[in-house]
Amino acid sequence: MATATILPAPRLMTRIRLKAPILVILSVIWIIGMVLTAIFADLLRPYDITRMDLVARLAPMGTPGHWLGTDELGRDVLSRLLQSIRVSLVIAFGATILSALFGTTLGFLAAQFRGWVEHLVMTLADFQAALPFMIMSLAVLAFFGSSMILLVCLMGFYGWERYARIARGLAIAASAQGYAAAVVQLGATPRHVYIRHILPNVASTLIVSMTLTFPEVILMESGLSFLGLGVQPPQTSLGNMVGFGREYLTRAPWIMLAPSLVIVLTTLSISLLGDWLRDRLDPTIR
Amino acid sequence: MTAGARPACGSTVPGNLLLPEVHMLRFILAKLSRAALTILLVMTFAFVVLRLSGDPAQILLGPDAPQDAVEAFRARWGLDDPIWQQYLAYLKQILSFDFGVSMRDQSPAIDLVLERLPATLALTVPALMLKLAIGIPAGVYAALHRQSVADRGVIMLSIFGFTIPSFVLGLVLVLIFAVKLDWLPSGGQASWRHAILPIATMSIGGIGILARFSRSAMIEVLGQPYIRTAMAKGLPWRDVVWRHALPNAAVPIVTLIGFMVGALIAGAVVVESIFSWPGIGRLIVVSVANRDLAVVQCLLLVIAASMVVANLLVDFAYGLLDPRLRAKSPAH
Amino acid sequence: MSALLEARGLVQEYRTAKPLFGKAGSVRAVDGIDLAVREGEVLGIVGESGSGKSTLGRMLLGLEAPHSGEVRYRGQPMPKPHGEAWRHLRAEMQLIFQDPLAALDRRMTVARQIAEPLEIHRLGRGSELTERVAALMSRVGLRPDQADHYPHELSGGQRQRVVIARALATGPRLLVCDEPVSALDVSIQAQVVNLLRDLQERERLTMVFISHDLKVVRNICDRVAVMYLGRVVEEASSDVIFSDPRHPYTQALVSSIPRAGQGLEGRIILSGEPPNPAERPPGCAFHPRCPAAIAECRATQPELLAHDGRRAACLRLDRSRQSAAA
Repeated sequence: MATATILPAPRLMTRIRLKAPILVILSVIWIIGMVLTAIFADLLRPYDITRMDLVARLAPMGTPGHWLGTDELGRDVLSRLLQSIRVSLVIAFGATILSALFGTTLGFLAAQFRGWVEHLVMTLADFQAALPFMIMSLAVLAFFGSSMILLVCLMGFYGWERYARIARGLAIAASAQGYAAAVVQLGATPRHVYIRHILPNVASTLIVSMTLTFPEVILMESGLSFLGLGVQPPQTSLGNMVGFGREYLTRAPWIMLAPSLVIVLTTLSISLLGDWLRDRLDPTIR
Repeated sequence: MTAGARPACGSTVPGNLLLPEVHMLRFILAKLSRAALTILLVMTFAFVVLRLSGDPAQILLGPDAPQDAVEAFRARWGLDDPIWQQYLAYLKQILSFDFGVSMRDQSPAIDLVLERLPATLALTVPALMLKLAIGIPAGVYAALHRQSVADRGVIMLSIFGFTIPSFVLGLVLVLIFAVKLDWLPSGGQASWRHAILPIATMSIGGIGILARFSRSAMIEVLGQPYIRTAMAKGLPWRDVVWRHALPNAAVPIVTLIGFMVGALIAGAVVVESIFSWPGIGRLIVVSVANRDLAVVQCLLLVIAASMVVANLLVDFAYGLLDPRLRAKSPAH
Repeated sequence: MSALLEARGLVQEYRTAKPLFGKAGSVRAVDGIDLAVREGEVLGIVGESGSGKSTLGRMLLGLEAPHSGEVRYRGQPMPKPHGEAWRHLRAEMQLIFQDPLAALDRRMTVARQIAEPLEIHRLGRGSELTERVAALMSRVGLRPDQADHYPHELSGGQRQRVVIARALATGPRLLVCDEPVSALDVSIQAQVVNLLRDLQERERLTMVFISHDLKVVRNICDRVAVMYLGRVVEEASSDVIFSDPRHPYTQALVSSIPRAGQGLEGRIILSGEPPNPAERPPGCAFHPRCPAAIAECRATQPELLAHDGRRAACLRLDRSRQSAAA
């Protein structure tokens, strides 16, 4: 009998499986669809994203062979859309993970060392919360250019202060509760205490926060890409497509509508899921 | 909390030694120093970013600048001095509003920014007014009439508000009103009619968010024990709402407004680009694309400063609204 | 007959918040204590809340560094708290807490928490670990099927058994129990105290048992030290303390133990407020409440001196001893 490492999780899952409203189920289905698309984009898309079919430029939706139409260079909108989903989701996912790691670590450091460390972290958090992220990103992009790696790292700073605040608050509450002190007293290193005890207790709140922040990252990256400053061609992202589609709004609105619809439905699904998770997880656990 | 009460353990001053005016003064000072610190941090951020991306003289004057201008700039900014001296010199430059010149026409960056500012204000101020005037009452109404059609409508609308990005909304509005219906113009600043779609785009999202937030703030306040007490006293519902619930709900709502100001400026960036509106939002996008870094730097600092000021005003309003802050002794 | 644990001149101070005018004050929770605990012995520390007994317990384990004085374990000075040497030493000395629910992590099974010290100190892995955990659980009287339960699924007494099992996992030689049964129902208290006593006897553990409840202390302790406001006022073997207390405070405490068949006569009720370390009376700290106080008690602090088979700190006892010697 292995010492149980996953025991809290099954209980979580049974609680979740009960009574999810229809909207949440639909959201989950959409999200799974998007994730699968992102993973299997290469297999699913009928054409390469840069392949131009100059004969069939600006073909409308429903044209055989180009179900979502083509853009001004004859590139298949559906293929570009599938690829964009992958790019946008990968960026948002990577950024959310980075931001959560960074924020949680800083939050734990603040809780562990208190004093000036805590003060510094909290001041930085306030600073981050006070200034519009888009403006700061634009400044950074102006100075350093728009490479993909830079973009993901930049997005990785989105919302870290939320995780930092949560992590710090819960870590302080945990040590006030006594089990943290008890484990220290057993001879554990601070690392052991944080990773084995405090983090699992913090995890559910953090995950909810990540779920709620994820759509915001998608929107932020799409916004930057729309302005031409985020994902650069030949790479394509959802915001990128909307930006390019803008020129042809009158003649070929589908170029812009398809990615827009995907953005809206994806952010909507994740927000609904996140809200529902928050209602389910937080009160019942604590 | 009476003036003569003994402070709890851990307090620093006995409650009866300080008057409410002094509390207010401490509060104001605390917020002012916080604001100053934030501005300092932004300036430091700009300084660091500037240094990290290369030679500031070359960057801020552009690649075509004549060599002696570059030398003069280096001398003026003290770029050969040790780094901390450079930092102080930088702060001095910024505080005297010298941000360098725009690459495009060698005019001072600050002039360009100030020139465009009114156009942005022409959009953001009405948008803010709309958000407040529609969003808050909608949210409050929804909270007072739970489970009604209006309540569900408000919830739907608010979800719609924060999941649809402003660029999608803007383009859709253009598609409907400018292209298909041809009622409104789609770009430029020629007449007041040109402002309708941009303002609408900027406010709709915010109305949704504000409505939702007001609704939850109001619901939370209505669930408090003191509301039940007021009702048990026989106070008519109208009075309960206006005299007890609303003032208390106003407190968190005012805090949110501070954040909304920041969101407004970010929103202006996208909206002005869609509608070719010549404001600072458009300016920043163009400058970033052209790497006109003097202008970017100037915009960053100006925007940050105005955000800090806006938050400060909100904090003060918050302090005025919340009587707990006014009468409280430091020992809370 | 060597002392496993020795404390000399222990003082612990806490700083109070600094007022606007004047300097920050400090509160002495422990005001000069010497103690020695022999191997295999159970020392009881008795006192009201505010007497400093929990603070003393923490200093004895090295959880807090004393303001002055030192603690020696097996002749070696106690390493600084939270350092690496200190962490290794934890395998030899453990604390049993007052509130078992607070001391356990809600989200981990009981078996995992008992195994944790073994993992921390790398004392086994895999099936070896599982066996040791099972052995520990049966030693404290827990059923094997309770291994996968969570702390909130067990009763208070069972939770405390888990805490005890966890404390015993690394085979410590010294156990400090800080009010281990105060949070439990009276009927369960006896069970847990008996368990502790059995464990102590079987494994020749050295224990420091901190409590305010004399009935429990009498059950398990070999020697007892009575504390008041950070100082030891009387210290003797358990029999002597309970049969013939000499210090007025001890007398009051002992008289409060209910005895079957006896009514309320002979009970000494103390007047005055419970001790507050922030407002220490001058001279003998007990004098405001002492029924036998004399004028001198307000001026001089009595020392802990040997009297008739015990050590006690009382000026009147000193006087009577001197006159007896004369």
